[in-house]
Amino acid sequence: MSDLVRLLNVFCLLSLLAVGGGSAVLPEMQHETVAVHHWVTDQQFATIYSLGQMAPGPNMSMVALIGWQVAGVAGLLVVLVAFYLPSSFLVYGCSYIWDHFKENPWRASVQRGMAPITIGLMLAGVHAVGKTACFNLSHTLPFNLIACTIALAVAAILFAKHINPVLLMLLGGGVGWFFLRGG
Amino acid sequence: MPPEASNRPTIPQIFGAFARIGAASFGGGLVAYLRDALVEEKKWMDEEEFLAALEIGQTLPGLNSVNVSIIAGRHLAGPMGAVAAASGIILPGVLALVVLGLLYDKFRHNPDVAAALAGVAAAAVGLLLQVTLKIGAKQFSNLRDIFFVAATFIMVAFFHVSLPTVLFLVAPIAIILCRPKIQPKP
Repeated sequence: MSDLVRLLNVFCLLSLLAVGGGSAVLPEMQHETVAVHHWVTDQQFATIYSLGQMAPGPNMSMVALIGWQVAGVAGLLVVLVAFYLPSSFLVYGCSYIWDHFKENPWRASVQRGMAPITIGLMLAGVHAVGKTACFNLSHTLPFNLIACTIALAVAAILFAKHINPVLLMLLGGGVGWFFLRGG
Repeated sequence: MPPEASNRPTIPQIFGAFARIGAASFGGGLVAYLRDALVEEKKWMDEEEFLAALEIGQTLPGLNSVNVSIIAGRHLAGPMGAVAAASGIILPGVLALVVLGLLYDKFRHNPDVAAALAGVAAAAVGLLLQVTLKIGAKQFSNLRDIFFVAATFIMVAFFHVSLPTVLFLVAPIAIILCRPKIQPKP
């Protein structure tokens, strides 16, 4: 089976499993692309994810870079189509029949029941990128301490102040350049 | 209802409006950008229509911003409108990512760049952590919700239980525990 077909399979499935937004599939995406298919390393995955946060538009468009890494421009296009088309078809279709189940009491139950699962999946996503970027056993202890400090500082600043996260990412890059060289 | 004939945009206009948002929305929060442009600036939807679109977009799988774009595009100009809106919101970011990806490929072995990227990656972890805690704040008060947050996290992060397994085994239990209360017939 060629890589393009595998990319198509993996990202179509992720598209349909992305309940509660893209971040919920981050751990599964990392598992599939790093451990199962060896398309990218842990390090590349964490970097590609952070590049996605720097670019405008939907942050999960970073999947395009995984496809590109695997199979060039064809891989990029296959991944974009696979990741966005299935869920888009579903939404398009359901928007027609929405009125029929909008009042159904089970709809609120599904949303209510799924909410904590989505949060658990997002926390697992923090763990998935954090174990490479912030508590990586192949890095030195000072490196990990500085990286954890950057991450916690960014979270704390965002709680305290409404500020564009891209500025904080750039700041993180500056701090990293200054303190993390040779780590 | 779709807007009045006089205010009905063409496909290129739809693509242009969404592409502008797709190119300018640095730092996330796309849904807020979409609301400002569609409801306030262009008056292509009213508030209620936008909220209904958001409700569908959040309930179904996929990214909220892309889902809302699909519904808004369909509302404006049918299937082609949906295609124009979704590609408009997605493509500018992909182009930016291709540029970032090319730079990354060229400079990743440079120690200065590697150190800066490590800092950016750490900051991205902090951003995701903050978003998760902010959305989750509502869930961290009730014991049952905390149980499901913790159980999902532990299964996925430490036992590598696959996402389909989590969704098909745990989700039904969580949903049934939140089942609608039977209303006595009036």
